[in-house]
Amino acid sequence: MSVDELAQNVPTRSRGFRILLLTVLLAVAWLLWSGLFKPLLLGLGVLSCGLTLYVLQRMGYFSNETFAFRYNHRLFGFWAWLGKEIVLSSLEVSRAVLSPRLNIDPRTVRLDVSDLDPVDQAVLGNSVTLTPGTLTLDVHQGSMVVHALTPEGAAALQAGEMQRRVGELNN
Amino acid sequence: MNMALDVLSWLLLTSGGLAVLIGGIGALRMPDLYSRMHAASVTDSLGAILVIAGIMLQAGLTLASFKLGAILLFLLLTSPTSSYALASAALLAGNKPMDPIDPEPEASQPSDAASTSAEGGRT
Repeated sequence: MSVDELAQNVPTRSRGFRILLLTVLLAVAWLLWSGLFKPLLLGLGVLSCGLTLYVLQRMGYFSNETFAFRYNHRLFGFWAWLGKEIVLSSLEVSRAVLSPRLNIDPRTVRLDVSDLDPVDQAVLGNSVTLTPGTLTLDVHQGSMVVHALTPEGAAALQAGEMQRRVGELNN
Repeated sequence: MNMALDVLSWLLLTSGGLAVLIGGIGALRMPDLYSRMHAASVTDSLGAILVIAGIMLQAGLTLASFKLGAILLFLLLTSPTSSYALASAALLAGNKPMDPIDPEPEASQPSDAASTSAEGGRT
């Protein structure tokens, strides 16, 4: 599907809301970061926000398939769970790294992620990479190739808990 | 109270430094690119979280803390993205992982993790 087609299948109202939401976010971010209220800096802020919105618009960012600012409060619960996973798997990888015999047995597995939409697939791919011991190599047409440092890591991904949690972010 | 915060912050900073060190050692010891990236991601994820959390405790409830939190968020969003770009580029350039990749599934395959990935790649 081309960028233009992606942009067309969104009702004008939710499109306007998304653009407004992003404008507010960008403006607040600019003001908080600079903390200065001189006309020159405010003008530059307006200019950069405008430019960002124009580029995003051209990318077809406000379509259903790619708009990322759509998760609700459940995202924080997911982050807490992901934080726990990061700590646990970091300890696993550290133990493997420091063991004298370098205790690793890499696995490359394919996951079926076709039940997730593109933004969720990106979130899942990034979460997998963020967790030490597992690394996303490729995401293509609903199928994801993951490299894991140990068979246990690969099996845990194939059990699908992370995929289920990402899928639930949208309900 | 201040003492307790300081101690906690030192603990976080020290263990963060340790995570970065382990990531470095791992990147040296691992046999191939992909497993090296696993080790490096200990530095990226746990190291960054612990170190920035430690600095945030030193900064207290200030705008600086908020900015540090935002930096951490951006790091956690962008570092896996660049890791993916690196891994995907390596794969496209023909750097094969030690364990062969399962072929594109025609029908759904049985989900026995270890055996299918070891057998399936040789076809």
